[in-house]
Amino acid sequence: MTTTSRAKNTTASSEQLNALVGDVLAEAKRQGASSAEASVSVNQGLSVTVRLGEVETVEHNRDKGLALTLFFGKQSGSASTSDLSPAAVRDCVRAAATIARYTAADEFSGLADPDQLAREIPDLDLYYPWNPSVEQAIELSLACEDAARAVDARITNSEGATVYSYESTDVYGNSHGFIGATATTRHGISCAVIGQDDSGMQRDYWYTAARDRADLEAAAAVGKKAAERSVRRLGGRKLSTRQIPVVYEAPVASSLLSHFVGAIRGASLYRRSSFLLDHLGKPVFAPQVRIHEQPFLKKALGSTPFDNDGVAPANRDIVRDGILQGYVLDVYSARKLGLRSTGNAGGVHNLTIQPGDQDLAGLLRQMGTGLLVTELIGFGVNGVTGDYSRGAAGFWVENGVIQYPVEEITIAGNLKDMFRGLVAVGNDVDPSGNIRTGSILIESMTLAGS
Amino acid sequence: MSNSLDIARRTLLAPAGLDETDLDRLLGQILTHRVDYADLYFQYSRHESWSLEEGQVKSGSYNVEQGVGVRAVSGEKTGFAYSDEILLPALSDAATAARAIARSGASAGMPVRQRSGTAPKLYAPLDPLASLEDAAKVKLLETVEAEAKRADPRVTQVMASLSGVQEVILVARSDGGLAADVRPLVRLNVTVIVEANGRRETGSHGGGGRVSYQYFLENDYARTYAREAVRQALVNLDADDAPAGSMQVVLGPGWPGILLHEAIGHGLEGDFNRKGTSAFAGMVGQQVAARGVTVVDDGTLADRRGSLNVDDEGTPTQKTVLIEDGILKGYLQDTLNARLMGVAPTGNGRRESYAHMPLPRMTNTYMLPGIRDPREIIASVEKGLYAVNFGGGQVDITNGKFVFSASEAYLIENGKVTRPVKGATLIGNGPDVLTRVTMVGNDLALDSGVGTCGKDGQSVPVGVGQPTLLIDGLTVGGTQQQ
Repeated sequence: MTTTSRAKNTTASSEQLNALVGDVLAEAKRQGASSAEASVSVNQGLSVTVRLGEVETVEHNRDKGLALTLFFGKQSGSASTSDLSPAAVRDCVRAAATIARYTAADEFSGLADPDQLAREIPDLDLYYPWNPSVEQAIELSLACEDAARAVDARITNSEGATVYSYESTDVYGNSHGFIGATATTRHGISCAVIGQDDSGMQRDYWYTAARDRADLEAAAAVGKKAAERSVRRLGGRKLSTRQIPVVYEAPVASSLLSHFVGAIRGASLYRRSSFLLDHLGKPVFAPQVRIHEQPFLKKALGSTPFDNDGVAPANRDIVRDGILQGYVLDVYSARKLGLRSTGNAGGVHNLTIQPGDQDLAGLLRQMGTGLLVTELIGFGVNGVTGDYSRGAAGFWVENGVIQYPVEEITIAGNLKDMFRGLVAVGNDVDPSGNIRTGSILIESMTLAGS
Repeated sequence: MSNSLDIARRTLLAPAGLDETDLDRLLGQILTHRVDYADLYFQYSRHESWSLEEGQVKSGSYNVEQGVGVRAVSGEKTGFAYSDEILLPALSDAATAARAIARSGASAGMPVRQRSGTAPKLYAPLDPLASLEDAAKVKLLETVEAEAKRADPRVTQVMASLSGVQEVILVARSDGGLAADVRPLVRLNVTVIVEANGRRETGSHGGGGRVSYQYFLENDYARTYAREAVRQALVNLDADDAPAGSMQVVLGPGWPGILLHEAIGHGLEGDFNRKGTSAFAGMVGQQVAARGVTVVDDGTLADRRGSLNVDDEGTPTQKTVLIEDGILKGYLQDTLNARLMGVAPTGNGRRESYAHMPLPRMTNTYMLPGIRDPREIIASVEKGLYAVNFGGGQVDITNGKFVFSASEAYLIENGKVTRPVKGATLIGNGPDVLTRVTMVGNDLALDSGVGTCGKDGQSVPVGVGQPTLLIDGLTVGGTQQQ
């Protein structure tokens, strides 16, 4: 099995890293491991932030790391190091071997079965080096922040605009003879500004991220959107406690799908710590909902040819017609559950909820009167029970029309009910995330306020 | 016992054949540009973690990280580069990259070195990883499991983890400062799942500090933490849905001090106030809390998770009064923001690692005790919420809105604690929440040593604490309309 093609002119070639992984696996064998796996990554990048028209930070990043797991029969130990010298690698293997002596034999531990390992490693078009100079990055950041500050006289302050560009080479190999490399890039622009009037200050932000610099939103557009989002929050009011329908704006709607993934992860299931235990083949969402994974989308931020176990992921439906079709499993949790890995060691890949026909305005009209949530804070989600209560800010909507901003409220419910009460998904999908969703309308939640 | 500076020299400089004259040369290289300040931050850390589930310690990991962060500051600008190789050429490259923030031209020369870190005061420069045999670490986790299972038959899952870190740091500054610190940190955590009548709930507890693993053995904390996690889970198994709306809230002592961390602490960090982006900006001298309320940030408590002998810029930590008798007294500062605001640093410059830039961060943040008996506080409430344990919290610095989520709470009815209610998120406004504190208990407690604070993608260990408090009118985000 071989590696993806990659461009030249990076710090470490995947051939060098392949060789290092080979050395690590050989050292593991020498130290008595019956099987082993290792991953090596090398990253570098630049991040520049300007604030109020001046350069604030210029940050140069350069990281590398080795992580390995050794198996002695059914006992295992893991270790990692940022020092890739031969002596450090030997120490790292020794540390993992020492740990493995004290861990208990676990019949489910071990590498993926050879027939599960990715056979082909498609080129998913994930590597678009940019290497902007510091001056270029500053110029772009300034364009972004200037556009934000020009939007409205009420934009009185700024947390700045940031431009970054990172590239990474990752190699995973194991003692079944699997070795695979991916070279990826990630570039982005973000901006956060502060609006102010008699009611006080409000901050909001916007960002764009992509594998290919050419796919980024224009810097000025990012700044403009950040400013508009800040200004529209000014004059936020509290609401009284009530039962209402809620539209989650797309950027916060993705959190609902994260909670769903958390509940169908293998580890949550075998630990019986999920509110969706034993729901395979049963309805978990409203009947129109389809949720699927697209690991091989070209250029996408969530794409990967193989997961952290070396297993190929698959295009698959996780929810069809509202019914749960499968879990999110790695090799270990799959064995614990008597199932096969779904290629999700390390997480889901471009998880997508099928969008509907309406834009956000259409969803608001469908809701009629209720709450549009644009920001959530806090961690009030219980994955064992599905109980949900988070701080929120957004807009009060009447007859489909935004009335005024609201803040200092919470929205609460139980995720099981919220998923079953998912009325519609908008077509306002943001493609620059690993979770792809439009805005989501939920039938009913409790809003707590004054 | 060796002093921290000797350990740091031996760990960080000697293997690369470096000594202090090399550090001076590197700083000198940066000072050929017009910078106000520069520093080199060397770090070596070893981290291990052991975890148990289903009755067995099935996995363990060991991690070594080392590197140098090089920073050059000119006005409000910072140039930053780092290297995970502690070698002179890599350091020189990083210095060249960092100094590019400023034009070339001579800066003020380097004064004579002032050394600190020779006498650790707050915790011993020990290596927690070596403080217990590996077999005994495994046994400690097995004790947690056995105790949780023994505590109640409804316990179906026990997950426990033990982790230890030894971090050695050395900071060399262009103003002549040279400081070192050897920082141990340990933590033991347990989470249980309980199940009865088709209902499942969870409970967690844990603790630790800048000590060795012996801390857990000497105090029998494996059993204490296990029982506490089970107790919380069982309370929640019987809990009703939480109420929704504004009501009187009594917060218990200790970890509920996360209120202060979110509502007050972050908003008082120097960077947000220098930039004017905090809801507290410009409010020094104003009343932001009820009379009788005093809040401090104290990095000098012995053995505490949030404590440091020196911060990550080499400034000794201190006890900083944030609010005194209701009046806002000052902010938490690192070197950069203190200089730009024309005040003294407060020893709050912290960073997650050499690969991150320092920021003003909290250490141990707590409220001083008042005079009320906690029973008297509860008895004064006709109808309200008594919240004694919390998960995480978050704050929007700019508009001051903060939340924190209860993991154990009860209704108060007619002055008595009655039924448990399921976790609800509480939301309020930082600059005014403490003005509604109407009673302060005499039972100040600090948390057990589990706090981790995130800011700008950087995590650092922190502590919180408070006495029992009564707050008039905090929004409780449950589902049951009153």
